[in-house]
Amino acid sequence: MTATIQALVPRMRDICGAGNVITDPLERRTYECDGLTAHRCVPALVVLPSSAAEVSAIVAACAQAGVPFVARGSGTGLSGGAMPHQDGVLVVMSRMRKILEIDPVSRRAVVEPGATNLSVSKAAAPFGLFYAPDPSSQVVCSVGGNVAENSGGAHCLKHGFTVHHVMGLEIVTPSGELTWLGDGTGVTAGYDLLGAFTGSEGTLGIVTKIVVKLMPLPEVVHTLLAAYATTSEGGRAVSDIIAAGIVPAAIEMMDALSIEAAEAAVRCNYPAGAGAVLIVELDGPAAEVEAELTTARALCEGAGATEIRAADDPAERAVIWAGRKSAFAAVGRISPAFIVQDGVVPRTSLGAVLAKIASLSEEAGVRVANVFHAGDGNLHPLVLYDDASPAETIAAEELSGAILDACLEHGGSITGEHGVGVDKSRYMPKMFDADDLDTMQLVRCAFDPASLCNPGKVFPTPRLCGEVPGHRRAPHPAVAAGQAEIF
Amino acid sequence: MDTERSMVPAVRSALAAACPLLWDGSASKAVAGIVPSFVASPASTEEASALLRAAAAAGLAVVPRGAGTGLSWGSPPSSCDLVVDLRLMDRVIEHAAGDLVARVQAGVTIGQLATVLASAGQQLAVDAPEDATVGGVVATGTAGPRRFRYGAPRDLLIGLTVVRADGVIAHSGGKVVKNVAGYDLGKLFSGSQGTLGLITEATFRLHPLPAAVAWVTGEFGPSDRAGAVAAVAAAAGSALVPSAVELDWPGGSQRALRVGVLVEGTSSGVAERAKQLSELLAAAGGAAAVADVPPARWGQLPSGSAVIRVSFWVSSLGSVLEALASAGADAGVRPAVSGPAGAGALYACLDRTTSDDAAARFVTVLRERIGSDPSSLGARGSVIVLAASAPVLETVSATGTIPGAALMRAVKDQFDPGHRMFPGRFAVLSRGDDPPRPPRGKDD
Repeated sequence: MTATIQALVPRMRDICGAGNVITDPLERRTYECDGLTAHRCVPALVVLPSSAAEVSAIVAACAQAGVPFVARGSGTGLSGGAMPHQDGVLVVMSRMRKILEIDPVSRRAVVEPGATNLSVSKAAAPFGLFYAPDPSSQVVCSVGGNVAENSGGAHCLKHGFTVHHVMGLEIVTPSGELTWLGDGTGVTAGYDLLGAFTGSEGTLGIVTKIVVKLMPLPEVVHTLLAAYATTSEGGRAVSDIIAAGIVPAAIEMMDALSIEAAEAAVRCNYPAGAGAVLIVELDGPAAEVEAELTTARALCEGAGATEIRAADDPAERAVIWAGRKSAFAAVGRISPAFIVQDGVVPRTSLGAVLAKIASLSEEAGVRVANVFHAGDGNLHPLVLYDDASPAETIAAEELSGAILDACLEHGGSITGEHGVGVDKSRYMPKMFDADDLDTMQLVRCAFDPASLCNPGKVFPTPRLCGEVPGHRRAPHPAVAAGQAEIF
Repeated sequence: MDTERSMVPAVRSALAAACPLLWDGSASKAVAGIVPSFVASPASTEEASALLRAAAAAGLAVVPRGAGTGLSWGSPPSSCDLVVDLRLMDRVIEHAAGDLVARVQAGVTIGQLATVLASAGQQLAVDAPEDATVGGVVATGTAGPRRFRYGAPRDLLIGLTVVRADGVIAHSGGKVVKNVAGYDLGKLFSGSQGTLGLITEATFRLHPLPAAVAWVTGEFGPSDRAGAVAAVAAAAGSALVPSAVELDWPGGSQRALRVGVLVEGTSSGVAERAKQLSELLAAAGGAAAVADVPPARWGQLPSGSAVIRVSFWVSSLGSVLEALASAGADAGVRPAVSGPAGAGALYACLDRTTSDDAAARFVTVLRERIGSDPSSLGARGSVIVLAASAPVLETVSATGTIPGAALMRAVKDQFDPGHRMFPGRFAVLSRGDDPPRPPRGKDD
């Protein structure tokens, strides 16, 4: 432990209480990674604050000492966004998990960042409301982490991402000041810092309270499962549904290998021998959904479905979803190790990119199971390999990177919902040029000129804030002299 | 003002070299009464970049403009050497119908884009005037009734190309709807009113055009404000998925209130939902009706000698209406109030006969009553002056106190350290804290 960190320990104990400051090396090791276990780093110090005031004091102490800090929610992130800094403080938000308020008429909830995603919907349910973004880890993932990553989920095709549902944030800035971005109304005054902050992967500050939008629970939800011989037939059904002007709540697809894995894991009993399974969920007013359902079903049949199942009650729908929801974990049944990739392509390029993935997989001799949010072109290829074999590990990593290249060639993105984190910062220059990255980092320099807040994430090369001549670091003289008013 | 700048051959030729379509400013090119020295119409992002580099070298104050629909809103520029007119960049670059995505140049008008998209049965789900440019709509964050369902332009924007104050071209986002790579500059530039840089291209997610639409209205008498409030809450909170929930309260507290709800969908679905929504409005005490044409004033941009936007949590709509009425009585004005109440916003418009003193008084009283007392759970509303005369804006700041102001200032300092992009537009930059003008060259 460095002298700087050692000097911080008593200060942190004053702030959070001795029991909430972890110095023991073994205990610290439990925080060495998030959901992406390939990247690990033991934090120098771990603190578990219980209030916004404590977070503010912690960050102020770090800023004063020049010590980096990283916020962590439930640690379910898949890009290493919450990977600790070896000389830094890890601020674990999981003790701040209260649902502070539900305002059913305003359709708003005020929650602490450590609250789990699902706990918000559970608290809202008695009022006939729910919180729409639903990442598959929603049982454990934290809303604060969702804000950092701008998390999506299966249903964001229709209902939008986290950024569309966050109406206000109380944050601690990287200098330790407590401030609000947005006021919960959803109507911005001045710059939309709320929008810029959401999805900034913990690099612009630490969230301490969140105002989210709640939506009325849909009157009806219908789920269709359609089996196809090939993913391209399933893909045709997707295109036809979208072309018919229907925006389903979710359209998910799994290929043969991921079906096999799901079958082995949860006996989901999908149609035997299917080369692809498509799940289409429609939600909304009964008067609309019935009509959409008829159309969607016909289009699924027209695209060559070998079997169609329909469900409209929660238990039957859960049966259909069981295989899809288990898919990531299930591939563990058919492979010792796997990489979850998260690329995006325009929906109309899905077929071409899947074919490319198949040929890359064949060339490399590495199996790839495909699970994807077909409606928005977000692919989650699962690259299967044996981590006992260094050669196979390298081949899998190379294949995983080649898949991202294929996504970019088709005008897509290197990440649809898992974030850049530490994992993909090296791919950022493939998607953005130096000027783009430099411009993004102007935002970082405004929030965090000392570069102490979750450093080393998102950007391959940090910008030295203030390197551009003329950029002011101190308050404007007129403001300092009290002659001018800031807003 | 620096009209003598047009006499500076070096500056003029540098600008003309960057952007051949360059004119000297004239009264007809004035922005809010300020005559620029030059007006330039770049034909491409590259030309706009060269133009802003030249402007940066000369230390010029730059005002971007589109159709000018929203130009009179907000504070006028404190100085304006160069107007960058984006209307010549009017190409729809790509309409990927199968992906429900369109990429356009900033000067494309909302009407022009709607025509292109409609041919594939699609739309950009933003209510904005037909002649407004896409860039202007993004820069001003203009959103009409359907904000309730589809959000503001920032919620539909998936990719953006901007030219920074120093001329550097930057992109963010992309052309896929789902994308979390890098910071989202689109959010930052949405509503930034030209103060951070020039928007030259935008990519949007699109929506299918609905097969059918219907408007459900509920009329409430002047004494039944509570009924209208209940109707807004019932419609906005219903699972019938309205696309808009508007309140229209013309001429202040003596007049009737109208709640208007838009339903979009299939023809049979819309008919059934409209019926159910009209029952909701009737249950709240309103005289309900269903129509296939919009009610009067639907979606019109608010206008008047002063336009004030009030935002709030919907559960406080009743007290907001009370505050509007009492602030009106206090200031001796009768505001016409309308807007997306179900989405937590209303516009109060003061007519041309309103004196500056009365308008300022109205805003001051309104601020005392709405959103000025942030609890530990944050402020819950704001009173923003969107348009008003210069004396009114002098007396009451356009934004009042808003959260995150210090960070906004820091962002501005990073993107535009010389404070040359639309100086004076945002309250923060119009309070005499603009940095001193850069020293002039010899030939000035």
